[in-house]
Amino acid sequence: MTVTREAGAARLLAGWQRTGRAADFAEHLANYGPLPDPAGLIDRVAEAELRGRGGAGFPTAIKLRAVAAGRRGGVVIANGCEAEPASEKDHALLSVAPHLVFDGAQLAARAVGATSVLVCVHSDDPLAASVTLALAQRRGDPVPTRIVEVPARFVASEESALVNFVNTGVAKPTTKPPRPAERGVRGRPTLVDNVETLAAIALLARGHQLASMLVTVGGAVGVAGVHEIPMSSTIGAAFAAAGGETQPLQAVLAGGYGGTWLPMPAAGGFSLEKRNFRGLCLLLALPMRACGIAETATILRYLAEESARQCGPCMFGLPAIAEDFALLAAGRTDQRTLHRLRGRLGVIPGRGACGHPDGAARLAATALHVFERDVHAHAMGRPCGFAAQRPWFAPKQRFRETGWS
Amino acid sequence: MNTQALWYLSRGTGVVALLLLTGALVLGMLNAGRLTSERWPRFTISAIHRNVSLLSLVFLVIHIVSSIIDPYAGIRWLDAVVPFVSSYRSFWLGLGALSGDLMLAVLITSLLRPRINYRVWRAIHWLSYAVWPIALVHGIGTGITDDHVVWVLISDVVCGLAVLVALWWRLGSTHPDTEARTR
Amino acid sequence: MAQQRLTVDPIACRAHGLCAELLPELVDLDEWGYPIVPSDAVPARLLADGRSAVSACPTLALRLRATE
Repeated sequence: MTVTREAGAARLLAGWQRTGRAADFAEHLANYGPLPDPAGLIDRVAEAELRGRGGAGFPTAIKLRAVAAGRRGGVVIANGCEAEPASEKDHALLSVAPHLVFDGAQLAARAVGATSVLVCVHSDDPLAASVTLALAQRRGDPVPTRIVEVPARFVASEESALVNFVNTGVAKPTTKPPRPAERGVRGRPTLVDNVETLAAIALLARGHQLASMLVTVGGAVGVAGVHEIPMSSTIGAAFAAAGGETQPLQAVLAGGYGGTWLPMPAAGGFSLEKRNFRGLCLLLALPMRACGIAETATILRYLAEESARQCGPCMFGLPAIAEDFALLAAGRTDQRTLHRLRGRLGVIPGRGACGHPDGAARLAATALHVFERDVHAHAMGRPCGFAAQRPWFAPKQRFRETGWS
Repeated sequence: MNTQALWYLSRGTGVVALLLLTGALVLGMLNAGRLTSERWPRFTISAIHRNVSLLSLVFLVIHIVSSIIDPYAGIRWLDAVVPFVSSYRSFWLGLGALSGDLMLAVLITSLLRPRINYRVWRAIHWLSYAVWPIALVHGIGTGITDDHVVWVLISDVVCGLAVLVALWWRLGSTHPDTEARTR
Repeated sequence: MAQQRLTVDPIACRAHGLCAELLPELVDLDEWGYPIVPSDAVPARLLADGRSAVSACPTLALRLRATE
């Protein structure tokens, strides 16, 4: 994991910026002061228009209010699993500034009337040990906190899957309604927030302005890894912060494996904040000398394997579109299959218990759009030469060996 | 009604109830195994399954009432619901009461299906696989000394074959959804 | 009377397809046998069929919910 130090608007990683190492509790207190009073926190969060930084980009204040409106004794879950294989920002944050996350969880718990905090990380993650150590350093937290180790599967850290895991030991998503905010752990209102969101809350509560966010930048850039950049940055600025493009780019995959392909250089001007491609800042730069269809095919196969196999349209739909894209990448498909693929992309979204199939369909649909010319050529049996090369964005970890509980 | 007529009524309706129960069980298995065709869509098989089980309940009730009204064996109302307390062939009759109790549980929960927890309904519905053999054995045990027991035995063989064939089919039937979930 | 719409619990649904048999005007099956239900309210003339489809579902995955 590479986390680069930058001059400028850094706040979340400020401690690490100065010392180059993780902040222990004493250093955290010296940098940021003690845990502030949570009074008026939700209003402050609303005013700052903070959106969730885990993927969905949901307005945090609305979620806080929903949980606070329920009965007392709820739970706050800090989601530090970061199941998205190409994303590293949550790991970076938990490594170098875990106490901001713990602070945020404490403050959020007080604000919504929760009586317990659970910090979730993947069970095979070395981060689990360092987070446990950091927790042990803390003194004076009003709400009891414990670390929960979750099976390392892609959808295991979906909101309802985390709740399900705590309740039943099986980390699979559940049907909504009810949402965790209404009824979650042990039937109580449960706030599930990304660790970066909670860290942002910890800064807001101390009266800081939110000026920065963490992004993971990958692909054909000079310095791939986690960067803290101004919230008003554009995609182009994010690439610049990451050392600039190493080759001419054709597209960027924004928002992770279930995200959105955007054409480059046109998308260079998109603001990360305004353009709501779902909050999660993960930007993968695809160079011209690569095949977007082959990349999509690789990712779709991964997403299909990571289905929790609970809902038909996901269980069957994802392997089907993965197969379609594999054939398309190899130049072994035709207009009829393309037509059938488009039909499939129309019926898969919205018919699963979680957003997993929606993400896969979104990835596929935006690929068909952004790589339209290539799609046309491939469908005529003329695949580009890059389809056979090693993929840029193949997932490094293999989750398949892990079970669900 | 004279005692002999009641006796035959009880016997007859018992056999018919078992035949209908067999039909219900077979249809249930066909439904669970997702048998379907143009002329026999799923909702039809499902509806016939339901109607046949209700009809078997009707015959069961007549079977029970006629046995109680008939003074010959001294069977009480209590013996129909509490197994093994009768003075007449307590074990074999008791099996009938047991089977009837289980069947009542299945029927009541099925009538209330949308209102009760699905897993609870399903667990109780599985008891149907116990209702049938217990009823079959009850029929043999209480009818074995009868003059016309051969008819009981013939119908038992027919019922048994039907259930075995359906069970064999059911165990061999599969569906992509089930396979995908259990991978 | 409040409007109602059909919803499917996607985890409970096992592609039995009785809903599509009983309510073909509103329920389509995708190529794998799973129901596609409209998100708008069930027309009054089809409500009775809707209710029978709901009670016929072998896994109680199909429900009628009030539209908000």
